[in-house]
Amino acid sequence: MTDVPGVAGRGDARPVPSPTAAIELLEVSRAFGALLALDGVSLTITTGEFFALLGPSGSGKTTCLRLIAGFDHPTQGRVLLDGMDVTGVPPFERNVNTVFQDYALFPHMTVADNVAYGPRVRGAPAEARRRQALEMLDLVRLSSLADRTPAQLSGGQKQRVALARALINRPRVLLLDEPLGALDLRLREEMQTELKSLQQRLGITFVYVTHDQGEALSMADRIAVFRDGRIEQLDTPRALYVRPRTAFVARFVGSANVVAAGIAARLTGTSQAFAIRPEMIEVLGADASLPAGAVGCDGVLEDIQYHGATSRWHVRLPDGSLLTAARVEGSTTGASASPGGRVRLAWSRDSLVWLADG
Amino acid sequence: MRSRRPWNSASPGQRLAAFAGLAFLHFPVWVILLYAFTTEDRSYQFPPPGLTLHWFAVTFAREDIWAALRLSLAVAAVATAIALVMGTLAAFALARSRFRGREAITLLFVLPIALPGIVTGIALLSAFKLGGIQTGFWTIVAGHATFCIVIVHNNVIARLRRLPPSWIEASMDLGADGAQTFRYVLLPQIATALLAGGMLAFALSFDEIIVTLFTAGHEKTLPIWFFNELFRPRERPITNVVAVTVMLVTLVPILLAYWLTRQGHADEQT
Amino acid sequence: MTAFRGLSSFLYGRRGFYLALLLLPPLLWLGIVYLGSLLALLLQSFYAIDEFTARIVPTLTLATYYQLLSHPANVDIILRTLAMAVAVTLAAAVVAFPVANYMARYAGPRMKALFYVGVMMPMWTSYLVKVYAWRLVLAKQGVFSWFVDQLGMTPALEQALATPVIGGPSLASSYLGMFVVFVYMWLPFMILPLAAALERVPESLLQASADLGASPRQTFRHVILPLALPGLAAGSVFTFSLTLGDYIIPSVVGAPGYFIGMMVYQQQGTAGNLPLAAAFSVVPILLIGAYLALAKRLGAFDAL
Repeated sequence: MTDVPGVAGRGDARPVPSPTAAIELLEVSRAFGALLALDGVSLTITTGEFFALLGPSGSGKTTCLRLIAGFDHPTQGRVLLDGMDVTGVPPFERNVNTVFQDYALFPHMTVADNVAYGPRVRGAPAEARRRQALEMLDLVRLSSLADRTPAQLSGGQKQRVALARALINRPRVLLLDEPLGALDLRLREEMQTELKSLQQRLGITFVYVTHDQGEALSMADRIAVFRDGRIEQLDTPRALYVRPRTAFVARFVGSANVVAAGIAARLTGTSQAFAIRPEMIEVLGADASLPAGAVGCDGVLEDIQYHGATSRWHVRLPDGSLLTAARVEGSTTGASASPGGRVRLAWSRDSLVWLADG
Repeated sequence: MRSRRPWNSASPGQRLAAFAGLAFLHFPVWVILLYAFTTEDRSYQFPPPGLTLHWFAVTFAREDIWAALRLSLAVAAVATAIALVMGTLAAFALARSRFRGREAITLLFVLPIALPGIVTGIALLSAFKLGGIQTGFWTIVAGHATFCIVIVHNNVIARLRRLPPSWIEASMDLGADGAQTFRYVLLPQIATALLAGGMLAFALSFDEIIVTLFTAGHEKTLPIWFFNELFRPRERPITNVVAVTVMLVTLVPILLAYWLTRQGHADEQT
Repeated sequence: MTAFRGLSSFLYGRRGFYLALLLLPPLLWLGIVYLGSLLALLLQSFYAIDEFTARIVPTLTLATYYQLLSHPANVDIILRTLAMAVAVTLAAAVVAFPVANYMARYAGPRMKALFYVGVMMPMWTSYLVKVYAWRLVLAKQGVFSWFVDQLGMTPALEQALATPVIGGPSLASSYLGMFVVFVYMWLPFMILPLAAALERVPESLLQASADLGASPRQTFRHVILPLALPGLAAGSVFTFSLTLGDYIIPSVVGAPGYFIGMMVYQQQGTAGNLPLAAAFSVVPILLIGAYLALAKRLGAFDAL
């Protein structure tokens, strides 16, 4: 883990703040009594980056976000924004804004008043702030709803109001806490595209918390994968997908097959766990010959799950473990078999990824 | 054998019992209303021989009744004012915090209404005697303010607990400090709770008799005036009119408070 | 504006200090005024009256408690009050149940709202006015006797009034009358928690019970009643403690026998024996404390 930029390894010298970073966390820990929500996390987010914090619930990603926003303080370590130590600084003094998971729109104010809230508390006069609010609502294409109340809006519309409200202050960093969780699939995909294009247009640093690996992969420039309060791997989406370092990352990002060290020894000759993507596995007939340089194993086909564009073939190996192969709809290569039948799986040696653990 | 009613509807007997219970709860109040208009002034004869508004005029000409009324209103106003400030402070402190001793403090805020009024009354009197404090306006206020604080606190804390914490965070995130967040976000939200709590406190203070009898000394609030009349009913019809007045003065704020809390609940469904 | 911001920033990181600042005024008030008085009360109960000078002697002694518990008349008073509190609680439960049951399970939305307001209005009506109303109603020639007359049940009423102990010259001066007034007064306090508890019984449980073959009576006994118990316990806390401490109703409507509340009021007033009054008032505190512990066991606090 020590050769990935932005992630300090254990045993390294104390990390030094770098001058161009928008956000830096230096050896940050947050304990709640006996529970360690964050354990010595360090990361650097550069200006203008779309950065994702990815992980299952309880992994510490939301805690991390709250520390950047200022709603919480670390029990150890420092938080820097633009090179300045903001560890004790309250949220209203930080140039960071947040889009909340439940939108947190004030129900007793209209949409325009909600958006104008930031300028209002900084003392802007009524005319000016209304103008600014309408500009922002234009940006998210909601000007026509300026005088409605939040109760009259749909989920997607509330989302955009929350976005406009956060952006009006021209923050250096925008934090988004699982903002699309409550939307249905189609709307979510729409919003993902919109958010990405907005970020690129405005050039603001986005820090995006999500548990949905698909979302993170499609939107982020870099992703930090959280697990039990620590960053397991920090990389670009492609690197995470193609070269996961641990079994956890392999399974969490892209649901790869993870073959344990013991079984790996029999199949490859090396006693180290590896990951292999379902789409890299070919399903051959029971006694088919292996292509040159391929690794293979035999098993029984348990069932086939149809997912439209691909099908997932679940094959049970003699030692009891399950491997999943993906087959594209309409492909003509590969054997056909029915559940219960024996098959042979093959993949090239280059496509397997050696893992640090598992 | 099996009746043909849908299985989860009430039998006629059950329905009758329910309405009978409700009627039982209501009829004494209606009786009082009726008696305020009776022409008979010497006994509680029923049915009343005639109806008149005469006694209303007589009652509102009485100076001692006005004096008692003024005292009751003054005490209620002061006690409510104290309660609004203290109760709100306490509600903000206790709404979401976790600290050692919180359970004990919550218990302290339940005691004034959990223990019977007589305990509060005699306890206050013991304290006054021990401390050599003279009974009078402020001792009455002291007793009333104590349970009024609890009432306001209960109303406000219930409202605060329903407030999503993300609203406060969002306000601060957008640049508002504590005072601005209170003014722009919190106050509009708890306004109905404050109003409801305040009116409830006012009504209960106005009607208070149990503790007041211990702490009033020689002062006469309207309930005390009324209580004395219970034992020496010199002019029954006037007492009846005062009863109706007290009833209205206490019932109206309470109904308003109830309506406000219901409205508040409805408004929160965003 | 900047001064406020500075203060805000200062307090933001110091949560403990901020909380202490908020809590100080109300805590001081409740602590000093209320807790202080309770302590004063306890202290007074450990003083005694000097028989000759009729003044309070400020030395700690158990003499007053001894006086309280050794005089059979005093013990009578305590037992009488306790008996009334228990009787009222039981009766209130019986009367409240049909109302609460109907409200919670059978009434349609509009009827339910009507019932809720209908139960709460008398609860909110001035306490004293309600007591007075009953005085009118129960008086000779009053509403009640007229009603009984119309139903032709006057002989039955006279029979009831002739019963020893609970009867009396008229309803307005008998334990029977007092009992009725008590039940009336605290009925809403029993109905509301009970209705809330009944409403929380999921319909699916009743359907399951019927599906498994239970008759409505069996369903009531085995499913509804146990689940309604916390509501009953919660309501009973009110009826018990309110009856135990009341001194106005026994004075206005009732037989000559004394109740705890009346003793407290009388001893501090005309008799000038504040320590005895204090000792008397400790009794309901202890009894209510014990009852609360019992009620908690039955789940009353979850039902509130």
